[in-house]
Amino acid sequence: MTETAENINTGTEEKQYSTLNLGPTHPATHGIFQNVLKMDGEIIIDAEPTIGYIHRAFEKIAERRPYYQITPLTDRLNYCSSSINNMGWHMTVEKLIGAKLPKRVEYMRVIIMELSRIADHIICNSVVGVDTGAMTGFLYIFQWRELIYEIFEEICGARLTTNIGRIGGFERNWGTKAWEKIDTFMKDFPDALREFENLLVRNRIFMDRTINTGPIGADRALAYGFTGPNLRAAGVDYDVRVMNPYSSYEDFEFIVPIGQNGDVYDRFMVRGQEMWESLSIIQQALAKIDRKDETFHGDVPDFVLPPKEEVYNNMEALIYHFKLVMGETKVPVGEVYHAVEAGNGELGFYLISDGGRTPYRLHFRRPCFIYYQAYPEIIKGGMLSDAILTMSSMNVIAGELDA
Amino acid sequence: MSGVTEEKVKNIHDYVLSLLKAPFGDAIESAEIAYDCPVFTLKREKIYEAIKFLKEDERLNFHFLTTLCGLHYPENKGREFGVMYQLHNMPKNQMVRLKTFFPASDLNVPTITPLWPSANWMERQEFDFFGIIFKDHPDLRRILNMDDITFFPMRKDFPLEDPTRDDKDDTMFGR
Repeated sequence: MTETAENINTGTEEKQYSTLNLGPTHPATHGIFQNVLKMDGEIIIDAEPTIGYIHRAFEKIAERRPYYQITPLTDRLNYCSSSINNMGWHMTVEKLIGAKLPKRVEYMRVIIMELSRIADHIICNSVVGVDTGAMTGFLYIFQWRELIYEIFEEICGARLTTNIGRIGGFERNWGTKAWEKIDTFMKDFPDALREFENLLVRNRIFMDRTINTGPIGADRALAYGFTGPNLRAAGVDYDVRVMNPYSSYEDFEFIVPIGQNGDVYDRFMVRGQEMWESLSIIQQALAKIDRKDETFHGDVPDFVLPPKEEVYNNMEALIYHFKLVMGETKVPVGEVYHAVEAGNGELGFYLISDGGRTPYRLHFRRPCFIYYQAYPEIIKGGMLSDAILTMSSMNVIAGELDA
Repeated sequence: MSGVTEEKVKNIHDYVLSLLKAPFGDAIESAEIAYDCPVFTLKREKIYEAIKFLKEDERLNFHFLTTLCGLHYPENKGREFGVMYQLHNMPKNQMVRLKTFFPASDLNVPTITPLWPSANWMERQEFDFFGIIFKDHPDLRRILNMDDITFFPMRKDFPLEDPTRDDKDDTMFGR
């Protein structure tokens, strides 16, 4: 592929190229991405991405918000798996203050995070299908994302930008309805996922279209800071859940699927396999959790609000509640980096605290901001339609890209 | 919480420090452990060589640039601005954080884009928000903000709210 591009570049000097604006708002780019493409016919010679269209200054806003008010900002990074971002932020603060949570809470968090990962991968994989022209899979599988959002709704009241959980645990214990919904989902989803995979995985048209499209090797992927399924598709078995387990991931048995060529097909397959692993993790977590237990937060008095009955009837609790809501809690001075395996890679929070009510500096390591840099290199020499497909298979989320 | 124990972090810290000391002994300003990560502060003149050494030395092999971010401490006179680099050695699962500080009057810092192409946008982002100039960067333009703004929004002296408004009083709320 690259050979053709070079030949065209050097062969005839009077060659005329056309410039094509792909984006910023184009239905095929699934978000606000602009790429100025230099085209020779339908072959891409060069690409120049422009980003920042939906920049919302999260890092600056975070410097003026108490810790618990930063959770809704993290929602809006990778909004396809916002629960993972929420949990990552809670865990960063818990690491800073040295809080230890009960196992039950950590397992509940694992369930939330894995459901969220499934929702994220459903979107990405079904959209890869759509971009190859296979609408059916998308229509079959997308309603299951809806069911995951219903579970979130049952637990925290919100669906997409969840703001789920609190620093120190959850806002309340899960009701029986939430457990029922999780059980129904766990019972029925495997069949739907199998059906979806049957449509695409060994489909000759899909394979011809995706194998060797948009490939990237392991060394280039590492140099470009790839993480998550994209890096694993290139053959590097780096997964934060295994490397630096958080929230008791060390208690679970699961496989880290890897690919070989780092092309669209491998990324699709890695995500597909990860959904099965997520299901198995949720299954293990459900078996470990005692549903009759009422523990839903750890002993973190600086961040967990007192129970409402206390607040309404007890003066000390009311004062304490007010104090927490105003963000007047003592946090240690220090700096901490915490990373979680988000839907599309290593989502890191670098937090510097000067002991004040807000972070002194908060930096998000946003996985797709870092790996989207490789996009021009990957699509060079390929066709325009492959560029669209490559972008959707890389799971670049505009909210996270632009922070 | 993390798979890395305190003892292991101490070992990484001591080992990296012992190897860094030989070539960069004078340049190391401080070495500490922040939670689960060793942190080394180096002089700006040696930061590029030190990162290159950490990346290319076979014993250290910090081959992955996790992240990079700008820092601003307006009250530290002569060391107002800084850059933090975080490197990762995946096979051994070791992380190390490097920092360098420099005065507001001279915001030049060597680019590490030749070492990792991933540093390209990260450095552009910090240029965009702090005005830190990464010397010899191939394409140092603003990235998330508009090209024609004249300020650097993440600096501490840049107000979050519109400064011309007088209907909002933040003395009790906010920072």
